[in-house]
Amino acid sequence: MINRNPQLNEHGELQHLLTTEGLPSAILLQILDTAESFVGVTERDVKKVPLLRGKSIFNLFFEPSTRTRTTFEIAAKRLSADVINLNVAVSAQSKGETLLDTVNNLSAMNADMFVVRHAQSGAAHLIAKHVRSDIHVINAGDGSHAHPTQALLDMFTIRRYKQDFRKLRVAIIGDILHSRVARSQIHALTTLGVPEVRVIAPKTLLPKMVERLGVHVYHDMAKGLEDIDVLMMLRLQNERMRGANLPSQEEYFKYYGLTPEKLAFARHDAIVMHPGPMNRGVEIDSAVADGKQSVILPQVTFGIAVRMAVMSILTGNQA
Amino acid sequence: MKIHIKNGRVIDPKSGIDAVQDVFIAKGKVAAIGSAPVDFQASRVIDAQSLIVCPGLVDLSVRLREPGLEYKATLESEMNAAVAGGVTSFACPPDTDPPLDEPGLVEMLKHRAKNLNQANIYPIGALTQGLKGERLTEMAELHDAGCVVFGQSDGLLSSLRVLMQAMRYASTFGFSVWLYPQEISLTGDGVAHDGEVATRLGLPVIPACAETVAISNIVLLMQETGVHVHLCRISSAEGLAMIRSAKQRGLPVTCDVTVNHLHLSDMDIGFFDSNCHLMPPLRGFGDRYALRHGVLDGTIDAICSDHAPVDEDAKLLPFGQSDIGATGVELLLPLALKWGMEMRLPLSKVLARITADPAGIMGIDAGHLSVGSTADICIFDPDAYWKVTAAALHSQGKNTPFIGMELPGEIRYTLVHGQIVYQR
Repeated sequence: MINRNPQLNEHGELQHLLTTEGLPSAILLQILDTAESFVGVTERDVKKVPLLRGKSIFNLFFEPSTRTRTTFEIAAKRLSADVINLNVAVSAQSKGETLLDTVNNLSAMNADMFVVRHAQSGAAHLIAKHVRSDIHVINAGDGSHAHPTQALLDMFTIRRYKQDFRKLRVAIIGDILHSRVARSQIHALTTLGVPEVRVIAPKTLLPKMVERLGVHVYHDMAKGLEDIDVLMMLRLQNERMRGANLPSQEEYFKYYGLTPEKLAFARHDAIVMHPGPMNRGVEIDSAVADGKQSVILPQVTFGIAVRMAVMSILTGNQA
Repeated sequence: MKIHIKNGRVIDPKSGIDAVQDVFIAKGKVAAIGSAPVDFQASRVIDAQSLIVCPGLVDLSVRLREPGLEYKATLESEMNAAVAGGVTSFACPPDTDPPLDEPGLVEMLKHRAKNLNQANIYPIGALTQGLKGERLTEMAELHDAGCVVFGQSDGLLSSLRVLMQAMRYASTFGFSVWLYPQEISLTGDGVAHDGEVATRLGLPVIPACAETVAISNIVLLMQETGVHVHLCRISSAEGLAMIRSAKQRGLPVTCDVTVNHLHLSDMDIGFFDSNCHLMPPLRGFGDRYALRHGVLDGTIDAICSDHAPVDEDAKLLPFGQSDIGATGVELLLPLALKWGMEMRLPLSKVLARITADPAGIMGIDAGHLSVGSTADICIFDPDAYWKVTAAALHSQGKNTPFIGMELPGEIRYTLVHGQIVYQR
């Protein structure tokens, strides 16, 4: 049975951040605007504000991650929260404890917020449904479903460089099928009013009926990149060869890897983004990754401000 | 015990009876319908005013979880659930632990069930030893032990050669083979229908061709072996169309659909509702529409509950890790009635799909109500709505996508062999 949006409290405010799908643009913009104010903080000598002093944030990573976990940790610390990192993949779960048992135990330690990453789609929704009503959940990636903070920092980056979402053509390139990042990007872009979002990939890396998400489908880089303002590259996992999605990295790079030659099909002032970590020579050529159109490193910097924004907004909203 | 059921509306889809009449029961059989036999002294009178009196329901798939899986459900709990749902005969799939692949196991199950003195159970014998798809079971021995038909529960065998031989061997003795048409290599680790919902939710998918490829193979092997095949739990419009065309060509094939697939689609997964983690997966609106009309036009011969009790903890997991299945035997009548109301069908047409038609598929003498027939009877109030809650369900499994819903059709009495085994 379909319930009301599980991310919002009864006042329509953000209670959890689980996915960018179904969030009103006002909430997305509130996060981006709040993040603007935190960019200044991250550039100061004293990089801390006391907004979350006394709050406990649990980083619950059921799947290995260094980058995302670190950026959440930095964001929480700059807000003066206490951060507890739990590498659950190698502790409780391997002893047979269920996901909800783990969460209930941590809730009993007076957690205020969970940042969750899990290999199964829907894990963050499940936790959000069962936690105490005063606890907030941030989805840091669940299966192939969603990775909302990544998409939000991408939106932040796009707005920094391109200002008005309503005048852009954006292409997302690569393994759309398995990508939680792509799904969250698509929902965020369409919600913020980007008039044309394209996905470019071979058919084995595209989910069925993906056009229903509001995107145009291309299989050819030359056609797909024409008039594009923003290129969002996706990471290609090695295991896609074993799953019969692709024959080889070499063939993929030849047809879908972003080289300076292929980048030339896009607008001359197009920006290139990547959620990291990059596979140089697989989905992106070093000349592009390190080139003047790349905004990949600024993305990482903005990621901290955006995560600070999400955490501070959630803390201000109560069920 | 002699029972007089008076003033009820008697509906027997097989004979076409649909009238307010009295039913008289003696020695476990229907002694008379209409006026009492001479010297009939009822020891119990049931007033069935404004109630429906029909044959006990026949369910083609009820998992008892015994032997081996008692943490999910027990024979006692599920036999209780069956009669509380008006079901007096049912087939139980062989996927227990160990599977029903030896006569001793089948005899034990039948013996235990008989002692409970409730519904009649008809075990489906395993088609291959350990359901592994490698070696044939002793089908003739299993038949003597009480198996009425033979089947695999989890999709097609990896070896089509073994499947062909199993079908051929079964046809030697005139046994039916029940197959769940699913090509396992296309199912993979999928958990949801390959459509817009799975695309949004990022769930691993099971394409409809997992079903159609299997049906295509089964139909070709039927032509090769001549065996009667019953296809369990059809889910897709394309699969249904293939069965329709096989039937038109005169092949001895029948099929069923579950109550879940008759009412739900992948949209009902909503925000990862693990109660909707079913197999086959809930498919699209178009598929649901085709299935609803397929039962109406007779391409689909029967509606089953696909009763599969699951313990609560196994559903409190991310969708893809949660156990497959839903409790259902107590919802068979309500959900069939709901389908009938939505399709504006007469009650007898609806009841046929859960009484006489499935009994015919199983090849058993059940599902009809006439003088001389065994007094397996269901008496229900078609106008009473009840709310599906954990407390209202007798099954040990409390998980169903319909939890919290109000459904029509309340069972008032269930009789097996002329004995009242359930009443409320």
